[in-house]
Amino acid sequence: MVVFEKPKSLTDAPLHYCPGCTHGIIHRLVAEVIDELGIEGKTIGVAPVGCSVMAYDYFTCDFVQAPHGRAPAVATGVKRADPENHIVFTYQGDGDLAAIGTAETVHAAARRENITVIFVNNAIYGMTGGQMAPTTLPGQVTQTSPYGRDVETVGYPVKVCELLSNVDGAAYLERVAVNSVPNIKKAKAAIKKAFQNQIDGKGFSLVEVVSTCPTNWGMTPEKALKWLEENMLSYYPLGVYKDIYAEEAK
Amino acid sequence: MGEKVLMKGNEAIAEAAIRAGCLHYFGYPITPQTEIAAYMAKRMPKVGGVFLQAESEIAAINMVLGVAAAGKRVMTSSSSPGVSLKSEGMSYISGSDVPALVVNVQRGGPGLGGIQPSQSDYFQAVKGGSHGDYKRIVLAPASVQEMASLTTKAFDLADKYSILTMILADGTMGQMMEPVELETTEPVKYEKPWATTGTKMQRKHNIVNSLYLKPEELEKKNFERFAKYKTIEENEVMYEEYLMDDAEICVVSFGITSRVAKNAIVEARAKGIKVGMIRPITLWPFPTEVLNKAADKCKAFISVEMNMGQMIEDVKLAIECKKPVHLCCRVGGMIPSPEEVLAKIEEVNEGGER
Repeated sequence: MVVFEKPKSLTDAPLHYCPGCTHGIIHRLVAEVIDELGIEGKTIGVAPVGCSVMAYDYFTCDFVQAPHGRAPAVATGVKRADPENHIVFTYQGDGDLAAIGTAETVHAAARRENITVIFVNNAIYGMTGGQMAPTTLPGQVTQTSPYGRDVETVGYPVKVCELLSNVDGAAYLERVAVNSVPNIKKAKAAIKKAFQNQIDGKGFSLVEVVSTCPTNWGMTPEKALKWLEENMLSYYPLGVYKDIYAEEAK
Repeated sequence: MGEKVLMKGNEAIAEAAIRAGCLHYFGYPITPQTEIAAYMAKRMPKVGGVFLQAESEIAAINMVLGVAAAGKRVMTSSSSPGVSLKSEGMSYISGSDVPALVVNVQRGGPGLGGIQPSQSDYFQAVKGGSHGDYKRIVLAPASVQEMASLTTKAFDLADKYSILTMILADGTMGQMMEPVELETTEPVKYEKPWATTGTKMQRKHNIVNSLYLKPEELEKKNFERFAKYKTIEENEVMYEEYLMDDAEICVVSFGITSRVAKNAIVEARAKGIKVGMIRPITLWPFPTEVLNKAADKCKAFISVEMNMGQMIEDVKLAIECKKPVHLCCRVGGMIPSPEEVLAKIEEVNEGGER
């Protein structure tokens, strides 16, 4: 009996992510969901600009690489090219989705675009070497907030799920984390739901995954997970922020 | 070709696009091209197509990228300031080698400029206009008929070469009404084995991408792309020659100014001046060869444009500066009158200026 195997929807390409980076876990969860839903052959991913830009090499499904922040717009095009036969997801980081791509994110949600968005929030720009992100916590030290994020001068972090929960078009919003086994299980369930919603034609579903960046946080992977738990989860509380169908079912 | 109808230039583009099998349109309102969006909003639902008003020009061009990647005919349209916003997406479309059409119904600039017609985006259209080494096919219609027929052509060229094409029109062309005969033949279908339509578990995954982190690979990709551009330069140049057989002066003009120039040429001919015109229809690839040959028998060239002299640089390059090239221009939304062009022809004929 096989107790553990690589998801079929992941290629054999070695991941370029830093040791301890949680992108690997999240990639795996997405791949497991694609496998379980049997949608690999009709899924098209949209890669962002950022650490996960090369996601197209890691998944066995078709992929389009989008300009920075524009993944929801590109996904809109791919989806609308053949809505019956395309399952489309974006995989975006915090800088991509919540800074340069804010408009594309909000309006894809407003249109209830029938796509799935995987939003990886690790509170920092990873690929460019650790600059302040729209989700960097108050006081958090980064390369471009060397004295800690000063909310008096650079403002406050953007809470994406809270923000989008006020957008009528958004169908399903959940914030999860990948810092522990129970949380990883919940994250997978949320990702699966976000894909199932698209299959069922329910519209814009976003899963925010609170994750780590040990390299740019300057921590060991283990310490990073602890830091996430102690600092990020109070600012970014986990849970379902919107589920219009659950509300209707009540 | 079939029925003849009276249409606005902008509407002719929209109808021709639908007839060319373009069932996806994404746009954002901006004067003087909004009739294209309005026409699409009305027609697309009736033909089973998609019209979507995007939240921005940036989003619209990226939606275009998405549909193009999925292998379907797709377009967006805008006017000058909006085209600037699309330039990022146009670079990605070019770097990903997917076919799409962008229409620019130009207005005066820079900045917010004005809403009157202009040709001041020539450089932006023809020289790339976004980051990176790349070219796009640029078609310049000079009648409502050409607004339609060049739209058909633009989709065919886009698919044939997997390239971004652009219709470079201006506010006059977009707004004026003329009779137009619309295409009734079925559009040619091109195979797109690279399209991201889902693997259907029958092939390796397709990736539409412009990222090449290894410089050797990126260089190779650029070389390949430019080999394709060379083929286009050799095969797809389009131009119109007007009274060039015995011409001593050659007017070079595209789009609406070529119409004005024609009137001036007729009047100049009546005065005994041997003047003709070469009208580039493709601005890239530019009709270099015919211009170069004309330089062997003409004594001077006049570039008539609605900008401060942009195409004139390509004319000089084309004729290798063998003969003087004069500029006749109005800018900022002003259109040169036939009298102004005639005056320039007479001046150049008498050996004046420069």
